[in-house]
Amino acid sequence: MADTSVELFEPGHRACGGCGPALAARHILKGSGPDTIVVASTGCMEVFSTPYPESAWKVPWIHSLFENAAAVASGIEVALKKQGRKEHIVCICGDGATFDIGTMCISGAFERGHNITYVCYDNEAYMNTGIQRSGATPYDASTTTSPAGSASHGNRTQKKDMPAILAAHGAPYVATASIAYPNDIVKKVERAVNIPGACYIQIHAPCYTGWGFEGARTIDVAKLAIQTGLWVNYEMVDGDVEKVKKVKRKPVDEYLAEQKRFRHLFKPKRNDEEIAKIQAIADRNAANFGIDI
Amino acid sequence: MALRIGCAAPPGNSRNNKTGSWRVFKPIFNYEICTACGICQSLCPDACITLVNEQYTPDYAFCKGCGICANDCSTDAITMVLEEK
Repeated sequence: MADTSVELFEPGHRACGGCGPALAARHILKGSGPDTIVVASTGCMEVFSTPYPESAWKVPWIHSLFENAAAVASGIEVALKKQGRKEHIVCICGDGATFDIGTMCISGAFERGHNITYVCYDNEAYMNTGIQRSGATPYDASTTTSPAGSASHGNRTQKKDMPAILAAHGAPYVATASIAYPNDIVKKVERAVNIPGACYIQIHAPCYTGWGFEGARTIDVAKLAIQTGLWVNYEMVDGDVEKVKKVKRKPVDEYLAEQKRFRHLFKPKRNDEEIAKIQAIADRNAANFGIDI
Repeated sequence: MALRIGCAAPPGNSRNNKTGSWRVFKPIFNYEICTACGICQSLCPDACITLVNEQYTPDYAFCKGCGICANDCSTDAITMVLEEK
């Protein structure tokens, strides 16, 4: 059982007040413990936690490039194995590095089956560089590269199902979590680091700057994503879904209306057609995972 | 300051950066209502709430005043008041 009283992610980092990913980082490290080597990709978390010569991390931390966190972690794992050492190697990367830029390296690491845990904090766009869409951006979200206007409803593509892609690589453990349930993150990370082989965890981490809501409501928005069925917390062992968080579902309007990136669906007038499409995504999630109580 | 290959920073020295100066609203804890459930401690993105003498106490040197603790407090024991500087 992880000792959750030990804080390995120190205050003084430069994240916005109310940052979801910063909260995720704290609980990831509580789950993996002090014997951890963190490999980071370029991203918001890398920028706010380690402006030279400061570091918010109390564990060894390495950053190389945007795309190669999984490859760097593979190298560290092999080198430690050769020396007979048993530190946990945890990649903590954003959704841009995971879904788009680093997919090739991740695919390679999972194919070779290195003993690493890859954690993606999913804030659904490239927040660090100014809210550009990524493969994780949900349908109809307005970003600076998928702006909503008279000719567009925002992002035209669906959110990529990365957990399923990595489960298809034969990963022994794939899970999703949310910052709304921090103890769940600790448990899942602790389980993943103790399973031999390449494991994947995707953590839903709302970014109030990019999504456009009050910083104090970060946890509420993360909870609403689960309650509406647009985010599903589950654990997949050897490709089979083992455990799913069940909810009494709310209509997706409650989640969408809270955020500025979906404002065009409600103003100047309510766009029922597009909201129905997003409700259909939630209904599909509910049917696939059986989340309804 | 010259940056060389292989440069490293000491662990956790972001504590040199006192982010409390960013704050606009300040969380005030009412310990008569507080049940010490620990939700605020667990949900603080800046890890600045710690247990001091069995009371959850914010470290104002680092608190950015985001208001998550006040918003999610189970007994509404935390209020956000405008910072006076």
